[in-house]
Amino acid sequence: MSNATPLLDVSGLTKHFPIKGGFPIPRTVGAVRAVDGLDFQVGEGESLGLVGESGCGKSTTGRLITRLLEPTGGKVAYRGQDITHAGRKQLAPIRSEIQMIFQDPYASLNPRQTVGKIISGPMEINGINPAGGREKRVRELLEIVGLNPEHYNRFPHEFSGGQRQRIGVARALSLEPKLIVADEPVSALDVSIQAQVVNLLQKVQQDLGIAFVFIAHDLAVVRHFSQRVAVMYLGKIMEIADRDDLYGNPRHPYTRALLSAVPEATVDDTPRERIRLVGDVPSPINPPSGCRFRTRCWKATEKCATEVPPLVQVEGNRPGHLTACHYPETPETVPGPRLAKNPEAAA
Amino acid sequence: MTPPTPSAAAPLEVTDESAPASPAPATSQGNESRSPGRLAWTRFKRDKTGVVSAGIVIFFFVIALAAPLIAKLYGKDPYTTYASQRPELLNAFSYPAGPNGGMSSEFWFGIEPQLGRDVFTFLLYGIRTSLGIALAATLLTCLVGVVVGITAGYLGGRTDYFVGRVIDILLSFPSTLFFIAFMPVVYGLFVADDENIPTSLRAVSLILVLAVFGWASLARLLRGQVLGLREREFVEAAKVTGASPWRIVFKELLPNLWTPIIIQSTLMLPAFVTAEAGLAFLGVGIIDPTPDWGVMIQRGAQFYTEDITFMLFPGLSMVIFVLAFNLLGDSVRDALDPKSKR
Repeated sequence: MSNATPLLDVSGLTKHFPIKGGFPIPRTVGAVRAVDGLDFQVGEGESLGLVGESGCGKSTTGRLITRLLEPTGGKVAYRGQDITHAGRKQLAPIRSEIQMIFQDPYASLNPRQTVGKIISGPMEINGINPAGGREKRVRELLEIVGLNPEHYNRFPHEFSGGQRQRIGVARALSLEPKLIVADEPVSALDVSIQAQVVNLLQKVQQDLGIAFVFIAHDLAVVRHFSQRVAVMYLGKIMEIADRDDLYGNPRHPYTRALLSAVPEATVDDTPRERIRLVGDVPSPINPPSGCRFRTRCWKATEKCATEVPPLVQVEGNRPGHLTACHYPETPETVPGPRLAKNPEAAA
Repeated sequence: MTPPTPSAAAPLEVTDESAPASPAPATSQGNESRSPGRLAWTRFKRDKTGVVSAGIVIFFFVIALAAPLIAKLYGKDPYTTYASQRPELLNAFSYPAGPNGGMSSEFWFGIEPQLGRDVFTFLLYGIRTSLGIALAATLLTCLVGVVVGITAGYLGGRTDYFVGRVIDILLSFPSTLFFIAFMPVVYGLFVADDENIPTSLRAVSLILVLAVFGWASLARLLRGQVLGLREREFVEAAKVTGASPWRIVFKELLPNLWTPIIIQSTLMLPAFVTAEAGLAFLGVGIIDPTPDWGVMIQRGAQFYTEDITFMLFPGLSMVIFVLAFNLLGDSVRDALDPKSKR
């Protein structure tokens, strides 16, 4: 999917949070390796889903891309321009192109500002004066996200969670961005509201051609929304592929384990094989050597402890399907409940 | 602001594929929006204690402001010793000749023992002085507290650590003792020993010293609030859109801090009134002949065994004022912060 000049090019992105300790003289005693060498690209108008367990560095990645956090290492390039360590002034022209939608709709809107002020604020900061005035534009945006334009003067506390998230979407759209980082935009919402917001985001993506980095831990939501999906584990990408490849033909043991954990709604089907991972996710302060997944992997050998598996296109994969595993699952051994049930999703 | 078109507006709530379950039926009717401030005002108006207290507090501020006007209509001033022109006002022991401290249609609150000044105007001007000093000290304290607190909270790190230790020291200081010991030193900085200390210098020094010891608690409170707020996602949202630190502080954080600031200052002002009166009573603040609540109580304490009326008026008025202001502060807190119900 990634063409010659990707919209967003992330290479070797690293973020280590220092751990301070020591009583008389505080010093750095270690680091939480939240994100440890990520490589991925996002093309124009493409939606990349970022999935993984809690604490695997998904949200940190989102905050690194939007530069809310300072990367420890690696490179983030937007349209070929290096923004890894750009300051506020240097970022100013790019700010309007990369926007963010936040997880908690109750914390992401200033309770003391009206909806109109919240949505027009980004335009005010960036000195954007749309034709017909900002207020007209805000009313348009409210309509786009499915809210009543008359809500212009309302305060956030007068809205429900789903409506608030729509306001958050309108705020992100106010600058007409090219890339939106959505950090678990629906996980704080009721399931019935989740579908509405995901459909709204999908509509926005298709109508306005906005690229998304969609962070979620809900595999079904990501499958519905993203053309490409990356699976993260302990700060590293385990597997990245087009949606149908990843869900239909997972090559990494971790991806398979994740997919097998998705609850099934059908009862008439024969129960599929479930892979139960044992143990906990190791601490990102002291991650395992070699492959990070080896401590919980049923295929791990000596090689996995010594050599870090590179993220490459393993044999039998289609182009763009990258897997970081020494012993990838063979397509034949995948019983693939998804394969069996969804022939259209099969690779 | 917006045209009232509820009927036309209602269908617009329906989205592309679904009707958002509007849990608040209030959102579907009318366009009036209720800001957090207006909600607080509605709550405040329902609180009878608060409304009565506010009335009393406003009454005190009005008579303090209008003291010269009232004195003019009344025809007396707080400095003239009426007994020296009319010795019949005081008896042989220099106490008011009339009953109840000399209260009469001419001297409403009676006259002062010994010097024979008019108690009513003296009290009016005393309230004026005390409230003026307390108000100035409160404003200065709030300004310093807000600036230091927000700076420490927002910048964090070394600044926060340093400011935190300064606040620790100030809060652990025995401030009353310090006032008594330090006020003469402050005066000494500006005026030679043998000269008279001008009243304006006394007032300014009082305001400064009260503010120096007052800002620490407000700053600590706001620092904590800012620490909590700056990690909130709406601050991150502002950063993502490229907002400057100034804009984040003034447009995003400060509007969320008005509640603690208002609550703290309404509780701070009566504390300053009593502190100022206490210092005047101890003789290190405003001194006679400048009218002042504390000065009056100090004078009254000299005569209270013989003439309780003279002590009664400043004492009672001060108790009423401080009580009303504290109750007002409580009501304001309840109105602004409905979760902290007692």
